[in-house]
Amino acid sequence: MKKVLLFTALALSTTFATAADIKGSGASFPYSVYQSWIKAYHSATQTQVDYVKKGSSSGIKDIKARAVDFAGSDAPLNPNQLEKAKLYQFPAVVGAVVISYNLPNAKDLKVSREALAQIALGNVKYWDNELIKKTNPGVNLPHEKLTFVHRADGSGTTFNFTYYLSKISKDWRKNFGAKKSLNWPGDHHIGGKTNTGVAALVKQTPYSIGYIDYADAKNNDLHMAVVENKEGKYIKPELKAFQAAAAKADLDPKKDFFSVIADPAGENAYPIVAATFILLPKEKAQTNKEVTAFYNYSFKNSAKLATELGFVPLPDSLTDKIRKYWSEKGVM
Amino acid sequence: MEKIFKNMSLFSASIVLIILIGIFVTLFISSKQAMEEFGLSFVANPAWQTEVALNPKEAKNVVVDEYSLFPDEEPTKTIYGGLVPIVGTILSTLIALAFALPIAMGIAVFLAEIAPKNISHVVGIAIELLAAIPSIIFGMWGLFYFAPIIQKIVGGYQVSLLTAGLVLGIMILPFMAAITRDSMKTTPDILKESAYALGATKFEVIKDVIFPYSKVGIIGSIILALGRALGETMAVAFLIGSVFELPKAINSPTISIPVALANNFGEATGLGASSLFYLAFLLFLISFIVISIAKFYFLKKVKK
Repeated sequence: MKKVLLFTALALSTTFATAADIKGSGASFPYSVYQSWIKAYHSATQTQVDYVKKGSSSGIKDIKARAVDFAGSDAPLNPNQLEKAKLYQFPAVVGAVVISYNLPNAKDLKVSREALAQIALGNVKYWDNELIKKTNPGVNLPHEKLTFVHRADGSGTTFNFTYYLSKISKDWRKNFGAKKSLNWPGDHHIGGKTNTGVAALVKQTPYSIGYIDYADAKNNDLHMAVVENKEGKYIKPELKAFQAAAAKADLDPKKDFFSVIADPAGENAYPIVAATFILLPKEKAQTNKEVTAFYNYSFKNSAKLATELGFVPLPDSLTDKIRKYWSEKGVM
Repeated sequence: MEKIFKNMSLFSASIVLIILIGIFVTLFISSKQAMEEFGLSFVANPAWQTEVALNPKEAKNVVVDEYSLFPDEEPTKTIYGGLVPIVGTILSTLIALAFALPIAMGIAVFLAEIAPKNISHVVGIAIELLAAIPSIIFGMWGLFYFAPIIQKIVGGYQVSLLTAGLVLGIMILPFMAAITRDSMKTTPDILKESAYALGATKFEVIKDVIFPYSKVGIIGSIILALGRALGETMAVAFLIGSVFELPKAINSPTISIPVALANNFGEATGLGASSLFYLAFLLFLISFIVISIAKFYFLKKVKK
């Protein structure tokens, strides 16, 4: 049954074009949330919103060319870039990236910051490496080759994960930085196409480990590692830990909310979280109001839908700031 | 009337040429930036998207963005090289061909000469249906069902050069089999009957009469299959592993040019996008060269 679902998800990943009132495109990370919000909004207001998942950069290209009414991007544009392209920006929802792994009989594997960085750098070659052993006493770690699974296609998920790696490892930051696609180091890694591809590879490859968005990991029943946060605490990937992280996120309307929120402070915060953003063309006053009306409705009435899908609705303090930003710019 | 007809057909014929030249020019213009930056060494450089420190002169000219995510970071530039996808494309195509060629010939001989008419009909339809399956379905089937089996047999990774090559082989098989069968069927009965009358066995007739007679068609089918294998994207993207690394063994992951393009095009900008166009330009050249060799060298040789 699961495989059939995966099949249909892949087959349906190109959506049908319909005559929509508002058209958007971009990031695939928040796609499932937007989709359920669109449904709820449609049944409440009869307004048809169309969002095509193409990836963050494609969304940015589309909105720069004014081919859509709004675009989604997992990587925020900075105020200079926004000024140049004549765009507004605001965050829409917060999600999490989890470390999923395929290791029989090892639940809640604990992964330290050091271990995670070394795994991504390709320096941890076997599961019984000291870095993994140290934090997992009592867990049977075999001397098996570790396979690191990553996204093969350019993606906002990769951008947010590599931003986090840059935060926790000087080595990573110096050599790679935060990127949507990169040439991964080491010689024991494989790339999966889209989150579905990564999920399938982790599931089918014994002794593998990889990063993937929380919703896909949950839907595929993958093991998820417990990750060390900034304060040195080990945090299980679950909604309340994501919420704790989102509450600490510093998103400033004066900078058009430009900020990457991974690795926040806070004892109970899950570290690998990401906000995803919406871009609006400055000159289209009328459609902008329709887009903000949709997001305003979703912030107010559809927060629960996001939670059900493993995403964190923005805290009220932040949505208030966003509303103020909208009215200041005259797009509400 | 005659004149209009002549002009119209001339126009249709020249469209192909115009489109071909148009693609060539577009690829060339878009890849110019990368060509100027890396030159021909792009072809031999195995590093894709690697950061290197700027030399002091270049570093001076870099303006640090006030909103940079890592303000204290030293400025770097990114190097692109195409060796890995080029090697991956050629190797996966060769594996596909090595796998598909003998099987396709076997199927064609069976259908054209050996099978009873009703069986030949059913198998023939099945072969043509195989050609009609979209490549995404081969990709998903390969990933979920075929890859685990391959891994069990040869070890290594599930997604690898071998997995991609074998599925690619299955995909090009129907083209080769169907065209070869059709060209074998054009062997005049009178030739075969004369051979039989001289006492030749069935094997000898196939080997010495039918194969030489239908050589042109067989080579044509290989060329067509080769063209498809070189450019196949969707199925290979799921199966080759998509890592920019030269394969150490047949069961290790690597990447091909079409997959590199499909995976990275959406998120590429500037020099990265131009480097992808450079790769596309090289794929265009590779296909062009391979098919030209086949067309002009082998076909000429056969026709003599």
